[in-house]
Amino acid sequence: MPASPDTESPAAVWIRTQAPRWEALAAEAAAAPRRPHATVDEALHTLRTYRVLTQHLASARELMPAGLLTAALQNTCATLHAAINRAPRLTGSRWLRLIRDEIPAAAASVRTLALWLAALLVASALAGWWLIDTYPALVTLIASPRMIDGVERGHLWTYQVLNLAPPALLSARIFSNNVMVILGAFCSGILFGLGAFYMIAYNGLMLGGLLAFTHQHGLELGLVKFTLAHGPVELSVMCLAAAAGTALGEAVIRPVHSTRTESLRRRAAQLGPLLLACALLLLGSGLIEGFLSPRAAVSIPVRLAVGLGYWTLMLLWLGGRLIPKAKAKETTR
Amino acid sequence: MAEEELTVSSLTGVDMRVRIAGPGTRSYAFLTDWLIRLLLALAWLLAGSLLRLLPRIAADAPLAHTVMVAAVVLALATYFLYQPVLEVAMRGRTPGLRKAGARIATFEGATPGTGALLIRNLFRLIDALPVFYVVGLTCCMLTKQRVRLGDMVAGTVLVLDEADSVKSLSRLSAQMQRTALSAEALQLIHDLLDRWRSLEEARRVRLARELLCKLDPGFDPRRGEALSSRALQGRLEALLAGESRH
Repeated sequence: MPASPDTESPAAVWIRTQAPRWEALAAEAAAAPRRPHATVDEALHTLRTYRVLTQHLASARELMPAGLLTAALQNTCATLHAAINRAPRLTGSRWLRLIRDEIPAAAASVRTLALWLAALLVASALAGWWLIDTYPALVTLIASPRMIDGVERGHLWTYQVLNLAPPALLSARIFSNNVMVILGAFCSGILFGLGAFYMIAYNGLMLGGLLAFTHQHGLELGLVKFTLAHGPVELSVMCLAAAAGTALGEAVIRPVHSTRTESLRRRAAQLGPLLLACALLLLGSGLIEGFLSPRAAVSIPVRLAVGLGYWTLMLLWLGGRLIPKAKAKETTR
Repeated sequence: MAEEELTVSSLTGVDMRVRIAGPGTRSYAFLTDWLIRLLLALAWLLAGSLLRLLPRIAADAPLAHTVMVAAVVLALATYFLYQPVLEVAMRGRTPGLRKAGARIATFEGATPGTGALLIRNLFRLIDALPVFYVVGLTCCMLTKQRVRLGDMVAGTVLVLDEADSVKSLSRLSAQMQRTALSAEALQLIHDLLDRWRSLEEARRVRLARELLCKLDPGFDPRRGEALSSRALQGRLEALLAGESRH
């Protein structure tokens, strides 16, 4: 059935008149996603192409709903749609906004939860202390036989283990361990917040139990001395990550948007930057724990100064006071 | 099971439908990526081991140790950061996803941002539980849009990548300008050629002859009886290209 101009259907007429344009439109649709940086003219040309293509798609659907051409036009439109609606790359100003505005905003949104989780950490630490103080045999639940053996002989495991590895490697190992803990606390929060609660309670219980155990052998001061420089930030970051996880769980339990999924997605997008901050802070405390904490020669006042200084820095950053905001330009005349 | 589709609203008000990739495509892409990153990680370890055998490095114990530590760190970094880094760099694609013909998109059909891609990778920690992505796959099978937990949290979905359709639009446009055939006729030929391999030989030969009799003025049905399946296929392709043989 070769078409003759007189008997051609409206669809065939439309195709014949529009077909010459599609090659150029398809060329632009193929080029747009590959452009890393588009000029204003290129961007406008892409948008014009998109508009024309969607118009053609609407016509094609009307004239031949199940046609090959309709499918090709639709998929080309979808490809161009993804290219047009891509998020911008992380530029300097985007990073600045993230560090200066978004991270403090995310921290502020979970401040109350973080304080509650800090209280849970303290309560479980006290419970851990009481447990090991009352039933010393239970220490086998929270410490390895090697650690127990060392402490019973009057040596803290921290110094034994740390002296074996070079500080840089040790910092990397500590950092990766801590990052896994905070990621676990955040992600497990999706289980209605219970995962984050569990991680905080478990870590608190261990902390209190180990302090009680070292206290029984007169080594508690050594442990406190060891954790003084890196501990405040490390524990605070753990509470923050768990608070972020709990907030995710809350978004599932009490959605504030149209669906639970939407609520969860928006909360995760808001809290994502906070995880980046947590990872950066843990990098710092990992370096302190690898290079400074194991050195017996570093005195307690120095450790205290480093610990408090770093913690204050963290508070200033997360409180939005570390980097001043650019003054708003006066627009009123 | 009907194919799942995601309806995307365009800026001009014309809706588009994008096909959602199922658990099969997802698993295929993951396994391909897993193999690649495993091989890359092993390559680092192999390179580290070979470097240690060099006389200059073998004689220096601390240097040999450093080389091996560096190789292990690089291998671990490659293995664990392969997916997040490539997804961000390739805008929602990885070699595995490309091979499986899929890409990551937002529910609005857009290319996801860095934050969303990192979050969806972060939640692999939960999706991978307890073993072999049981949580993720179960979630994927139970949800309407075939998403795992990480996708739900990040607001992303795995869709079939139709980037080749841009080429097909271009090809269709060229064919329509070159040939005198109607759009319906072109579609019939395309449909037959697309299904060529899946059809039984006798059936595809019969269909090809019938089509050629109706559409190709230069086709002689008597001589066509002698043409092989391959020759008929070539004739149909020539017809699409606007080269009618007389």
